[in-house]
Amino acid sequence: MAEEKAKVPRQKMPEQDPAVRRRNFKEVPLGYSPETAKLEASRCIQCKTPGCSKGCPVGIDIPGFVKEIAVGNFEAGIAKLKEQNALPAVCGRVCPQESQCEGNCILGKKGEPVAIGRLERFIADWERTEGKMKLATLPAPSGKKVAVVGSGPSGLTVAGDLCLKGHDVTVFEAFHKPGGVLLYGIPEFRLPKDILFSEINGLERLGVKFEVNAVVGKVVSLEELFEEGFDAIYVAVGAGLPYFLGVPGENLIGVYSANEYLTRSNLMKAYLFPEYDTPLVRGKNVIVVGAGNVAMDSARTAMRMGADTVKIVYRRSREEMPARAEEIHHAEEEGIELFLLTNPVRFLGDADGRLTTVECQKMELGEADASGRRRPVPIEGAFFTMPTDLAVISVGAGANPLLTGSTPALSLNKRGYIVAQPETGKTTMKGVWAGGDIVTGMATVIQAMGAGKQAAASMHDYLTIGW
Amino acid sequence: MYKILSKRELAQGTVVENVISAPRIAKKAKPGQFVILRVNETGERIPLTMADTDPEKGTITLIYQVVGKTTALMKTLNVGDGYQDIAGPLGKPTHIEKVGTVVCIGGGTGIAVLHPITRALKQAGNKVYGICGARTKDLLIMEDAMAAASTECTLCTDDGSCGYHGFGTDLLKQILDREKVDLVVGIGPVPMMKFVCSVTLPYNVRTLVSLNAIMVDGTGMCGCCRATVGGKTAFACVDGPEFDGHQVDFDELTKRLRGYADMERQSMELFEHKCSCK
Repeated sequence: MAEEKAKVPRQKMPEQDPAVRRRNFKEVPLGYSPETAKLEASRCIQCKTPGCSKGCPVGIDIPGFVKEIAVGNFEAGIAKLKEQNALPAVCGRVCPQESQCEGNCILGKKGEPVAIGRLERFIADWERTEGKMKLATLPAPSGKKVAVVGSGPSGLTVAGDLCLKGHDVTVFEAFHKPGGVLLYGIPEFRLPKDILFSEINGLERLGVKFEVNAVVGKVVSLEELFEEGFDAIYVAVGAGLPYFLGVPGENLIGVYSANEYLTRSNLMKAYLFPEYDTPLVRGKNVIVVGAGNVAMDSARTAMRMGADTVKIVYRRSREEMPARAEEIHHAEEEGIELFLLTNPVRFLGDADGRLTTVECQKMELGEADASGRRRPVPIEGAFFTMPTDLAVISVGAGANPLLTGSTPALSLNKRGYIVAQPETGKTTMKGVWAGGDIVTGMATVIQAMGAGKQAAASMHDYLTIGW
Repeated sequence: MYKILSKRELAQGTVVENVISAPRIAKKAKPGQFVILRVNETGERIPLTMADTDPEKGTITLIYQVVGKTTALMKTLNVGDGYQDIAGPLGKPTHIEKVGTVVCIGGGTGIAVLHPITRALKQAGNKVYGICGARTKDLLIMEDAMAAASTECTLCTDDGSCGYHGFGTDLLKQILDREKVDLVVGIGPVPMMKFVCSVTLPYNVRTLVSLNAIMVDGTGMCGCCRATVGGKTAFACVDGPEFDGHQVDFDELTKRLRGYADMERQSMELFEHKCSCK
């Protein structure tokens, strides 16, 4: 039987033509039709000990929901999926499936794995567009109040899980809209904002309260939240301190951190200027420094903003690029060039302080470093310059001290991240949990959600049993 | 919505004062701190330093000068209207302590920012000289408030239409020549702050300035507000907004503030066109 099923090939995802999509902000993959979804789902051989679920940080019953899709029972499928995941439309789009669920699919050993991510996306979209979103029935109120600081994937997961347990949850967000990195970091063409808002709205209808414009650590401290009557707090403020290269000319106009570039574009909708008031430099010749998913998002945004050339400048080789293979592929299809083994050493500008040129040095790979990757070594004298009017620095982010600096009871590690128990998310401050990037450093959406799951379970124990 | 409780035009219809209901912020804000506001759904986020706060009434006071689209749009808001979003208090508060003799010198709308700092420095037991300057009499704001906040306050205008005829820095120099000054706080347009710093440098007097860098989030997340201070990059939103003026690269700040000049003009033209069509 397994052999017969494997004969059905993995179903392709229809996508916008690269030549067209490189100039618009509409979503790139167009989604499965119900027929394609059923066919793809029928490929699943329903393993007794499914590797896919083990590979999922939130432990979704993947064979369970896929089975329902295969027989066309979509309502039961989404219900099964949502038992473990409050943000399926988001995860179906931005999870690195190839290294998680799909990476562990048995069909992948000899052929191609089941397209679990695409099926997740399909069924979440089906529920939304069919208007069949069902609200879970809540237990009796526990009488306990929970504050969640930060409304990114980790915070939203905790909020959803604890609300479902009957607790009164308020999410505090520093920006004017909830969503965290899903909102300001991930572009419309990868995660349409109305889909994100629809999932957040689902939490709101469940009873989660959102307080925006609330910079916790400044307008209210964690101690004060306890005084206001909160019984437990989850801190999920992300890793929001952009790293720069520390090279000359980095403060020229036209040199952005990826955080700024993407926040202007995604949250503030600068790509719709002047309809929206926030401006953004529209580069003709753009470089993006770094090669992670954020770098790909920045490069593809710059292309959509009308650039003539967009180059990913990365000091290691293709093999070490941290971005998902699919994102690199999408970027290349859209005409983005890879300048590998290349490192910017200096930015040059005109009399008005505007970026005009970048000077780079060629690199080669030396011995492996602590990260296990071969270390990039500068090649002596191998310098060259490129005309550049927009540079986006996307080389990672560190721990933002805004909240932690105002909360001495929270122990931090050497790099400023919050120390939390790996299994529970418990911090050194009583009643306070933490998870996501402010604990681990930059990671993926689903890893942050996984941390949220664990913390929510531990917080529920605390609220019902004790610390 | 952050409701506007009062609106007052302070100077020539271009400087406006709003008292706004924002209880959480009012309770926490200290002199020198700022908020980031957004007028409406399509608006940008702009930082404004608070001119005053009333924790009991739950209000904050903002004073702004109409210079571009956002501030022009702000001026169309009346009592009873509201700002869509206000986040704060942000930035480090001014370090207030008794140091002895202080000169607080403000230019234009910078006086609004300077006022609560001046008042706090005097309350801390300092002898405070206030200097308020503007191009002309009609642009001078908060004369009475500054007079009340300082031990002695002098006005000046570039055209001599009010007070001393000349720059505030002339008055500052007179004080520095006359007596020992322990601290100078200079807040106003960038060229004025730069000038204040060049005047105080030879006297070796610590000089604080407040940088009005362009910002987006205001929490250290984006790095938009980078300024070079003492040869190192600082983020004005979390490391400031106040810095040792003798360490600040004002030329770089000036250029970065002009970074979006063309787009700002385009935005303003569109706004004026829409207004004239009404």
